[in-house]
Amino acid sequence: MTTRLDKRFAALKAEGRAGLVTFTMAGDPGHDASLEILKALPKAGADVLELGMPFTDPMADGPPIQASGLRALKGGETLRRTLDLVHAFRATDSDTPLILMGYYNPIYVYGVDAFLNDALAAGVDGLIVVDLPPEEDAELCVPALKAGLNFIRLATPTTDDARLPAVLANTSGFVYYVSVTGITGAATPDFDAVSAAVARIKRHTDLPVAVGFGVKTRDHARAVARGADAVVVGSALVEAVRKSLDKDGAATEKTVPAVTELVRELAEGVRSARPVAAE
Amino acid sequence: MNERPNSFRSGPDENGRFGIYGGRFVAETLMPNILALEKAYEEARNDPAYHAEMNHHLTHYVGRPSPLYFAERLTEHFAQVSAASGGKGGAKIYLKREELNHTGSHKVNNVLGQIMLARRMGKPRVIAETGAGQHGVATATLCARFGLKCIVYMGAVDVARQAPNVFRMKMLGAEVVPVQSGAKTLKDAMNEALRDWVTNVSDTFYCIGTVAGPHPYPAMVRDFQSVIGNEVRTQMQEAEGRLPDSLVACVGGGSNAMGLFHPFLDDPSVEIFGVEAAGHGLDKLNAASINGGRPGVLHGNRTYLLMDKDGQIEEGHSISAGLDYPGIGPEHSWLHDIGRAKYLAATDDEALEAFGLLSRLEGIIPALECAHALAKLKDLAPQRPKDHLMVLNLSGRGDKDVPQVAEILGTKL
Repeated sequence: MTTRLDKRFAALKAEGRAGLVTFTMAGDPGHDASLEILKALPKAGADVLELGMPFTDPMADGPPIQASGLRALKGGETLRRTLDLVHAFRATDSDTPLILMGYYNPIYVYGVDAFLNDALAAGVDGLIVVDLPPEEDAELCVPALKAGLNFIRLATPTTDDARLPAVLANTSGFVYYVSVTGITGAATPDFDAVSAAVARIKRHTDLPVAVGFGVKTRDHARAVARGADAVVVGSALVEAVRKSLDKDGAATEKTVPAVTELVRELAEGVRSARPVAAE
Repeated sequence: MNERPNSFRSGPDENGRFGIYGGRFVAETLMPNILALEKAYEEARNDPAYHAEMNHHLTHYVGRPSPLYFAERLTEHFAQVSAASGGKGGAKIYLKREELNHTGSHKVNNVLGQIMLARRMGKPRVIAETGAGQHGVATATLCARFGLKCIVYMGAVDVARQAPNVFRMKMLGAEVVPVQSGAKTLKDAMNEALRDWVTNVSDTFYCIGTVAGPHPYPAMVRDFQSVIGNEVRTQMQEAEGRLPDSLVACVGGGSNAMGLFHPFLDDPSVEIFGVEAAGHGLDKLNAASINGGRPGVLHGNRTYLLMDKDGQIEEGHSISAGLDYPGIGPEHSWLHDIGRAKYLAATDDEALEAFGLLSRLEGIIPALECAHALAKLKDLAPQRPKDHLMVLNLSGRGDKDVPQVAEILGTKL
């Protein structure tokens, strides 16, 4: 089965460039404003959309994404509303792949079967669930794959060659390489080490490899895009959202442009990383 | 999941499950560490030298065995309560004196085991989360004793309400990091400790304070705390020539309770009672995960949790910072589901009353945590006959709570 993600990565490969994966949080700053941001991202240069499902206790995330999730929850965002958000986005865009990223508890409480049904109906293409390692595949990964969703797994600097096959076994869509041992938005990665790691993963799989954690600027994006198939940026975008808010924490007319401007810069970095492929 | 197993003591299975509870719900960055820890613990567990060294320190440094003390006046008190309503009951109450351990609670039993494991694994840096500060103090103490670097994460709210323990940890050379994220209490301290661990995987040992977290922590911490129940078996045999008839302990994460309960799980004549913190009441703000929550996944394990209808974790509330956690160890969740243990709940007010009662009747000021277990004696002891042997785990001493209780009672110190 060819999914939207497969098609998009095939198209990027044909173009000879890496893709840009943007992370934004569903419901931040407010449900409607987060939909406006989502709709504006593909035009600004995002190739794949990663949408955060807010959770009170995001143990792998740094302060920017934690705060973004709490803003969304305070505004009344729920998993049901996040799926509605995807549905509303899909009504306007049937090509851009969209994956949901978050933690297992809200999905577990929603009910795995109900969640998979509703996510597919809404137009979700894949899932990243941070606290479900391969050891817990029976919980959600296997049912999600059966239902036709991609299940994207994180590989990290601590995932050695012995463990990598287990991590890759049920992964589909792409592999998300976490460029640092740490939380989102913290340290800047060592770009040489990242290239070596991407090459190492590629020896084990034909899947595209996206790299994230700590990528904040056009230059970072350009450096990572030289070797990776895609670059993931999250904390820098939710920080742009935060800085655009008024003193009551509400969206302003600056919010959407603040995000799209940064995405344009990052897209430029990604697109200028490699010499144009010969036709 | 309601099938009766051949033994209640055989869990967890190879996937770290007690029935549906437990597991390894952690980020990939931590998985190699969790697997390495499991392997190191398995090796240590089968190494007589490890046990010999632990027993040496338990005797000479911790001060074990802790006494099993017949609480004569407390027993008499509940006999009178029974008599006042025309009964002839009043169980014979024994207190397991864990508050006499070095550092003032049962926490040190577990920390000793983990610190010795950290040394075996060559990890020079130890991190811990703490709520009331008892686990933080125990960790800081053993890190001082063995020359390891110690960082303790503590919610900013708890830092404010447990000032004496914060100072103690600093005296012992630990760095105390006030956690400002989320609700700024124990669950956020645990999140922050996990974030530290994700960041410093290679040199850091995470010393978890209770029977929760990803496998192998629930089983490992239980094993270290089982010294409590094992001693009770021997001591009760010496005192009364038989097994106790019931066990009572407070439950936050549930390590002191599991340590008392586990050696008796396969003795069907022994009734088992855990007591959760009902806070302002079970229909109001509380920290009673089993009585007020439902199964979910947090901090590496599936267990009963306090959460809203969308699976967002709710803040626990209890007068006792040590019980103020929205989850409970997964083995307790399983024991509850299969009916081997019964989980009751005591409110803040009931705990305060019991705090005063034990102080006046026995000259022992209990920690507010185990005051919750003491509070349920009024429902359990008078109904049982005078030859019923009841053991209550006095898991910590109340010195740390004196300023807080004084403030609640309106006394300026």
